[in-house]
Order: sequence, then C-alpha cells, then structure tokens
Amino acid sequence: MSAAAEPLRDSALDDAALQSRLAQIWGTAPGFWGWLTTVDHKLIGRRYIITALCFLVLGGLAALVMRLQLGRPDNTLIGPDLYDQLFTMHGATMMFLFAVPVLETIPVYLVPLMIGTRNVAFPRLNAFSYWVYLFGGVMLWVAFFFNSGPDAGWFTYVPLASQEYDVGNRSSIWAQMITYTELSGLAVAVEIIVTVFKMRAPGMTLDRIPLFVWAALVTAFMVLFAMPAVMVCSTMLMLDPLLGFRFFDWKNGGDVLLWQHLFWFFGHPEVYFIFIPATGIVSAIIPAFAQRKMFGYPAIVLALIATGFLSFGLWVHHMFVTGLPRLGESFFTASSMAVSVPAGVQIFCWIATLWGGALRWRTPLLFVLGFIVNFVIGGLTGVMVASVPIDTQVHDTYFVVAHLHYVLIGGGVFPLLAGIYYWFPKLYGRMLDETLGRWNFWLAMLGFNLAFFPMHILGLMGMPRRVYTYQAEMGWGGLNLLSTIGAFIFFASFVVLLANMVRSLRRGETAPDNPWNAGTLEWATSSPPPPQNFSRIPVVTDVEPLWDNPQSLPTVDGLRADRRELIVSTLVDAEPSVRESSPLPSIWPFAAAMVTSLTLFGSVFTARAIEWGAIPIAIVFIGWFWPKGAREEES
Amino acid sequence: MRVGPPLIPLAATILCGCSSWQSALDPHSAEAGHLADLFWFFTAVCAAIWILVTASLLHLGLRRRRDGDIPREDSPEERRRKMLIVGALVALTAVILAIFSFASFYATRGFAWANQTALTIKVKGNQWWWPIQYESRDVTQIFDTANEIHIPVKRPVTFDLEASDVIHSLWIPDLMGKQDLIPGRNNTLTVEADRAGLYRAQCAEYCGLQHAHMALYVFAEPEKQFEAWRGHQLAPARPPASGKAWQGYRVFLAACAGCHTVRGTDAGGQLGPDLTHFGSRAAIAAGELHNTQDNLSNWLADPQSIKPGNYMPRVPLSDGDRAAVVAYLQGLK
Amino acid sequence: MKTHTVGSVADLPTTGFDSAALTWWGTLAFMSLEGSGFILAAGAYLYLMAVNPPWPYHSPLPNYWPGTIVALLLLASLPLNHLTAKWARARDLAKVQFGLVGMSLFGIAPLIVRWFEFPALNIRWDANAYGSAVWFLLGLHATHLVTDVGDTLVLAALMFTRHANNGRRFGDVTDNAFYWDFVVLTWLPIYALIYWVPRIA
Repeated sequence: MSAAAEPLRDSALDDAALQSRLAQIWGTAPGFWGWLTTVDHKLIGRRYIITALCFLVLGGLAALVMRLQLGRPDNTLIGPDLYDQLFTMHGATMMFLFAVPVLETIPVYLVPLMIGTRNVAFPRLNAFSYWVYLFGGVMLWVAFFFNSGPDAGWFTYVPLASQEYDVGNRSSIWAQMITYTELSGLAVAVEIIVTVFKMRAPGMTLDRIPLFVWAALVTAFMVLFAMPAVMVCSTMLMLDPLLGFRFFDWKNGGDVLLWQHLFWFFGHPEVYFIFIPATGIVSAIIPAFAQRKMFGYPAIVLALIATGFLSFGLWVHHMFVTGLPRLGESFFTASSMAVSVPAGVQIFCWIATLWGGALRWRTPLLFVLGFIVNFVIGGLTGVMVASVPIDTQVHDTYFVVAHLHYVLIGGGVFPLLAGIYYWFPKLYGRMLDETLGRWNFWLAMLGFNLAFFPMHILGLMGMPRRVYTYQAEMGWGGLNLLSTIGAFIFFASFVVLLANMVRSLRRGETAPDNPWNAGTLEWATSSPPPPQNFSRIPVVTDVEPLWDNPQSLPTVDGLRADRRELIVSTLVDAEPSVRESSPLPSIWPFAAAMVTSLTLFGSVFTARAIEWGAIPIAIVFIGWFWPKGAREEES
Repeated sequence: MRVGPPLIPLAATILCGCSSWQSALDPHSAEAGHLADLFWFFTAVCAAIWILVTASLLHLGLRRRRDGDIPREDSPEERRRKMLIVGALVALTAVILAIFSFASFYATRGFAWANQTALTIKVKGNQWWWPIQYESRDVTQIFDTANEIHIPVKRPVTFDLEASDVIHSLWIPDLMGKQDLIPGRNNTLTVEADRAGLYRAQCAEYCGLQHAHMALYVFAEPEKQFEAWRGHQLAPARPPASGKAWQGYRVFLAACAGCHTVRGTDAGGQLGPDLTHFGSRAAIAAGELHNTQDNLSNWLADPQSIKPGNYMPRVPLSDGDRAAVVAYLQGLK
Repeated sequence: MKTHTVGSVADLPTTGFDSAALTWWGTLAFMSLEGSGFILAAGAYLYLMAVNPPWPYHSPLPNYWPGTIVALLLLASLPLNHLTAKWARARDLAKVQFGLVGMSLFGIAPLIVRWFEFPALNIRWDANAYGSAVWFLLGLHATHLVTDVGDTLVLAALMFTRHANNGRRFGDVTDNAFYWDFVVLTWLPIYALIYWVPRIA
C-alpha cells in the first residue's frame, strides 16, 4: 500500500535470473555471523541431524563401556557409581538427545521441500529451538564429565531421584535437560504442524500429502499433547530440591506413583515419536525402490493417526507390577495389543507394495528390509510384555532391554540409516558408496542381533536390568560376552557409515537432482537445494508429482522477487490464499536461547536464577519481536 | 573372592536341572508354571508370525527379477486381490491379539487367592537388603530375620511388601512374577512352592548403587522341617560357645550393636539386619557372599570395597578382634 | 527440473487474519500444548485428592475472594478484548491504540490481585502435597497471565510507533486477543478446582 512503485515479481524474470536473485534474497550470509543468524530450515535441519548423530556416538560409547563391564561376571572395570551414570546417560542421550530430535527434525529439513515451499512456518523459532537443544545436550554431557551425570535412570523414578537420595543435583540436571529438549521439541512440533497445515504447494490436497509428511504431522501432534506431561513432572521434580515442593513426598500427602503416571503418559508416546517418523521414512523409500505407488495410501494414513491416538492409552503397561487394580491392567493389556493392528496394517501394505515392484537392491532398500525383520521381533515381544502375567516375569529384566532395543533400533535406527543413504545425495549433492553401504548394512544386522538377541534369554534366566555386575554362579557370563562382542560389531557398522560419509563428501560421485527416480517434490529441485528451495512454486497434481509430470513441472508465478515471500494455502484443499513474507536471518533467536539456557542452568542451583533471568529474557524477546523496518516485516 | 561354595551349583543341578538357578522358565509352583506355559504359547505364535513375514521378504529377493517398464500402480484385479489378502491378514492379527488378551486375562484370573493363607511374611525393601518379619496374631510368634525366607511347601504364603526408602521389587522367578515394594503403599504377593528347594530372588527395580547385590534366598521346605526352623528362629540367640566367641561377643556389643540386633543380648540396633541366627544363614550381604569364615572376615574388614556404597561402615578392628567376631557370629546358629 | 506456469498468485493479499494467518495457527498450537499442561497439572491435583481423603490434606480451606475477583476482572475484560480484535481486523489504528491501552490496564489489575491470591491459599507450597498442588496450579496460570500482559504492553507500545500501521501488526493484535481469551478461559476451571472442589468434596 505504501510502496509507490509496483514491486518486482517473479513473472518478470527468466529462470536463470530468478534463480540467482532468489538465491541471494533467501541466502545465508557467509562466515560465522551467518552461521549464528541463519533461519534457513535446511541449514538448521542439517545442523540438528549432525548434532543428534554426535549424541548418538556419545550414547553409543557409553553403551560400549557398559558392555565391557558386563562382558564377564564380577567385573571390576568400573564401579556402580559410574555405571549408574553411564546407563542413565545412555538412555537419556539416546531418547532425548538422539532419537527423538533426529526423527523430529529430519522433517525440519525435508517437509518444506516435500510440500513445495521455501521455509518452515516460524523460521526464527526454528533457529531458537536448535540452540536450546544444543545447549541442553552440552549441559548434560559437561555435567557428566564433572561427575555430576544423572544416575537415577532415564525414567528418573522418585524417591530415588528426589532430594533425599539425589547426590549433588544429579537428577536436577536431568530434569533441566528435559526442559531444554521440551522447549525445542515443542517449538519444532508447532512449526511442523503449521507448515504442513498452511504452507503446502497449490493442489497438495490432503490425499496428496507424502506419507513421510503425514508421519511428521502425526508425530508433531503427539509431541504437542504428550510432552507437556514430562514438562509438568520434571518441573515438579525440580521444585523439590529448589523450593521444597512435596508432590512425591509420601510422608506428606505426596505419592511416588504420580511420577510414574505422568512420566509414562509422556514416555510411552515418546516411543512413537521415534517409530512413526521412522515408518514415514520407510514409506518414502519403498515406492522409490519398487518404482510404484504405495499400496493402501489411505490405510497407512489412518494407521498413522490410529497409532498416534492409541499410544496415549498404553502408559500403564509400564506399571504392571506396581500393584494397580487388576481390571484396569487388563484394559491396558488390550489397548497395548491393539496398537499392533495399525503397525500390522503398515507392514502388510509395505510388503504388498514391494510384491510386484521392480525392486532395486540398493542400500536404502536393504535397511528397510532389515527394519522389517528386526522391528517385527520387537513388536512381537511388545505383545508379550503387554500381557500382564508375562510382564510380571519379564518386566525390568534383560528381556525388556532386548525388546526395547529391537523396537528402537530395529524400528527407529534402521529406517534412519535407510533415510541417511536415501537423502544424503539431496543434502550434500554426493552419492554414498554402495559397497561400503552393504558392509554397513550387514555389519549392523549381524552386530545388532548378536548384541541384543541373547538378552531375551538372559532376561528369562533371571537377569534384572540396571545391574552393574552379576555373580559367576548365575550362569549369565557366556551370553553376556556374546552380547558384548555383538555391541562392538554393531558399533563398527557406524564407523563404516562415518567413513562412507567422509569419503563421499571428499570424492563421492556427484548426485543428480533425482538419483533414485523418486516421485516426491524434494527430488524436483537441485542437490543440494538452493536457499529458496524452489524458484517457482510447483502445483501438485498427484501424490507422486514427479511421476505424474515426468517432463515438466507445472508451477505458479506472481510472488515478489525482491523479498522473501511464500504461499499460505488453505488447510484441506491447499488453495493459495495469502502471499506471506518470511523472516530474515536474525541474531535474536541465538541471544534468546543463550539467555534462556543460562537462566535454566542457574535454576538447577537456585530459584533466584529465575528472578535474575526474567529481565534479560524479557529484553531479548522484545528485541526479537520488535520490527526492524525490513520489507519482510510489512504486509 | 566371590567364588560360590558347593551349595549353590549343587542346588542348581539337583533342584532346577538347568543352567541358571533364577529362571522364569523353570517353574517350581503352579503359578510360575502357568506363566511359563503362557510365555511359550505366545512365543510359538509370535515365532510363526515372524517366520511368515521374513519368508515373504526372502521371496522378494529370491524370485525372478522384474525388469523394464512396469506400471506405477497395480491393475484393478491385482489391487483387489492384494486388498483381500491384506484385509485378511489384518483381521487375523486382530483375532490373534484378541486370543492373546483373553489368554492373559484368564491366566491372571487363576491367581485370585483365598484371604486366609498359612503364613504372612512382611518383606521390606531397604537399600540394599531385605528385612523379613514373620507375622502372627500371637505376638510371641513374631520374629525378625533378614535376606532369607523359609516357607513350607504346598501351602500358600502371603508376602506383605513395604518399602521406606526407594522403590524395590521382589522377584522369585521360579515361584511367581514380581511385585514392587513402594514407599507409602502396601502390596502383597502370594506364592505356593510345589517342591522343596532353594530359590533365589533378586530386587528387580533399580534402587541405587547396590541394586545389583540385593538378593534374597527362599527355602521351601517340608512342613515339619519348616516348623522346626521357625521354632528355632523364635528362640533368642544362643550364648557364645567358646572363649574366642565370648571375646567376639564383647567386641560385637561395643562395635556393632548400634546397628544390629541380636535377640537375647543387649545388641538392639535397628539400622542393619537382625543377626540373631546369623550363623544359620546361607549368605552375607544380601546374597553377595556365601556365609563362610573367610568371606565373613573379608566382609568385616572392608565392606565398602566388596559392596561399594552400602550403609555398613568400615569398623576398624584388630585381626584378633575380627576373628573373634567371626567366631561369635558364625556360632549364632 | 523443467517447469511451466499454470497459474498466478499475484493477486492474493499479503496479510491474512485469523485462520488464514500462520501466527493464528501457531497461537492455537501453543494454546493446545499449554492447555494439555493445565489439564495434566489439574490431573495431578485430582490424583493427589483421590489418594488422600479427606481433602484438603490436613490443611485449612483457601480463601476464595481474591480468586473470585481475578475471575470477575478477567471476564469483564472480554468485551473490550473482542472489540480490539474487531478494530484490528478493520485496521482502525486509533481505536486499536485505545483498545490496547485498555487491555493493558485490564491485564495489570488481575495481576495485582493475584499477588494477594497466593497468601489467601492459606497454605505454604512446602507444607504438604496439597500445598504444592495449589501453588503449582496458581503459579502456572500466573505465568501465562504475566506473559500475555507483557505481550500486550509491548504491542500497545508498538502501536504508537511508525511500525504500527501495517497489516502484520493488526494481525498480531488479533492473535494477542485470541491468546487472552485462552488465559481467561483457562482460569475458570482452575479457579473452580482450587476454591470450590475442596469445598464440595
């Protein structure tokens, strides 16, 4: 309205001119400043993934030390204090710093590309969320290296975690780490939901949304409703040493099981924060490697949604031996078993798609098949532990350790590895090596099963979880040694992956735009994608748009070419409704994350930190929201 | 240092006939038997499912490759056929799960116990040992012990489970599934051993530093033998039998009585295990060491290196005093 | 990949209000997650109540007057809140400025009363689990109240600067009004829970 001259539109420019112009407008400044201030979802998403993989290595090393300790009976390699910190760090790192973040933020990179837009809905919130996540993870590991690592388990049951039994704020460190990851996880969930709801390319109606994006959406909704539970209980736990709150003080009206209810109300859906996006990866890879559309698309979407709903009705199956009423337990047995129906639907649809497809046996497909083989074991043992009577025997034994690793590694890490091999060319413009990929796969398959299958038997032979050693007379030594050997082989498979990545980045084969001849939009743009993702916004005609338009992609024009602009569309039909600007890079998210993190860190030790931190926090957030007069801030 | 005496392997081979002596699949009670049966039923069905899924994937790899241009979508007939198969498989899944749920419910329903059991034993969980109290309406029949339970065979016995520090869990896999001991709550567990034997139990809920060393021995004995044991436990400690034991007794009163009780003497401490009939027990330190002279002496010399973090302090004693205390304690049959 | 143009979005507006705006959805998402936080905190309160009869646990009843005044003040602010949103949709800057100043006052007033509401609970947070539960609930709501009042104050100041007359700002005003509704509406069940449930139970 205020602009006198009509602003420059993309329709006035040819492809090359538009490409370079938009690349400049959407680009991130070079150097350290650009690195701190960027709001590009691709840079932030990549950063998230790499950081999470670093935490995977740390968590994996913690596991190796534990396996060494358990490799033979009565071992004195490490004492109970370090062992307890290690298994807590391993669980907390793998769940909160690796698996959930990596699978929640691969969509940060991919969703805008897959739905044909230029950034996520709230790019600065996205940047903020990354920094908070990073600071939280670093805080946890620094605390560990100062011998203050949490040691009450990743589930941090009270009273063991409450002030009376907690040495040196260790559990407060855990609780505060939760707050950080909460903040970032929730922020990402909000972005993903709004991005998928309102920023889909014209024509991407609900039945044309890629299954991976559906999975990301369902996960984001689950995060939205489950994470507040752990936020509430970790805050309650923090408030115990900080101000003397008494939620779990059973001598003063508190209740120790309240913790377990709240924690597992979050903790069970959390498994599905990992599993659902992982199935999304599988659903993205299978059509590309069978070269045909997914069989039963609507069934899979419904299965995802059903899994999301059901996962909220299962938490009590973690508490079958706490002495809850029998009838209630039977209900949770039935609901826990029912959740395997949608999982079955997905598996049957995948196999139905593969049958009759022209399969291309490359590494991503191998990992997908490995996923099915391993995950089915985890799912079936899940059905077993869902049965109250069986659970009273196997609960808190190595049987459950085996089960959960089959679910989380079989059902989460194998798809993740498939996804890495599948999308690496898009992220870096280089192919990963196929021979090393096969070594990676077979080592992972062998090492994983060798490490975790014996644990089923150990659990049945009476070996409880979380023991730092065991006596020779128990007869568990042989299987434990086998498991330790397997763990090292499994770790070696990740070394191969790392070598493959490094080698590929240095001298890998250059990746074309669409190396797998896949059908979704992320493969329509260059590898790696330009800052604006798409110079012209595509119009979507099918669930696999590139297969529907193999020669030339239909697009719309009319967006401004002199500022960051993208299309907001309607929820159901994806009709374009608004041309909205998208924010520029900014230092404020980093500053806000810094101030917030320092305040939270201070509050591990004193409640005063909240008072001291309140003013700087107010300042940075006002700074963040106060307009700076850029074109992007006007309507 | 922690090598088992002949007792354990012997017990393992004779009583269990299998390699582990704390096994969920080696039931010695009707209930554990039901659980094991249920487990094997689930396992058989699940294994069959896994084999079918894996076979269908193997078939993908072994069949003749399809090359060239194949259509992006199934033909309508193929689609219908697949829909039928997938639909049938989903229905089958649902049926299997319904059977599983029903079988689980049915298996637990059998555990409805008569209110009146032969014996009620209060089992408490402490970091990291088990105070045991045999309860009775008749106060003269109540007595305390620790880390070792004796029960009569073929009689249901109720365990009252309590905790006053953190959560523990009592698990005697050969006899029954586990049940948590939760501060502020009361749980019970009923067991009935169908054969005489020694069953090892272990804390199954992570409870801190020495969670790994919190075991409990359960001796199931014929009624007569059990009653004899109970009668003996009710009696106060026998007086020291030798001069060395007398010396040990005096040292014990001076150095140990603040934490330990020995009924019939002035030792009345409540923090550590009741030691009235310590000499009759099979193990020291909640199952960590077998109750031999050497083990006991090592334990007294430095409990913290054997079980790091446990609440028994290192009490400085001369070698002679320590040997005397060992003699005294071992004499408390 | 080659492209061809099949349509144009040149004529679309550059600001959307309410469900046409990304921020409206963002606000809704945050309300959902904070709402689940409220529900879980209330659930914890009810859980403790269920395991600890009689309720309140060895404690006096809270004085309901300050909470009632907060509830009345919050309800009284709703008409102006909705008018402000309406004026923002009509891009009427003068009226929006008036509305935001009014809403700032309507925000500060319950905050002052809230200060007296904590002691009126008649129990300390560290006395027992009941005390912890009521302080937690009240504190949780107070945090939301403070945050939104802060947001309103900043927005009110912003609307008197050169950045004011802009579709995007008016969108911010409607979203802020939307969030205020949430703050008001969540107070009513929490109010009932803290002050009336223990009297009925």
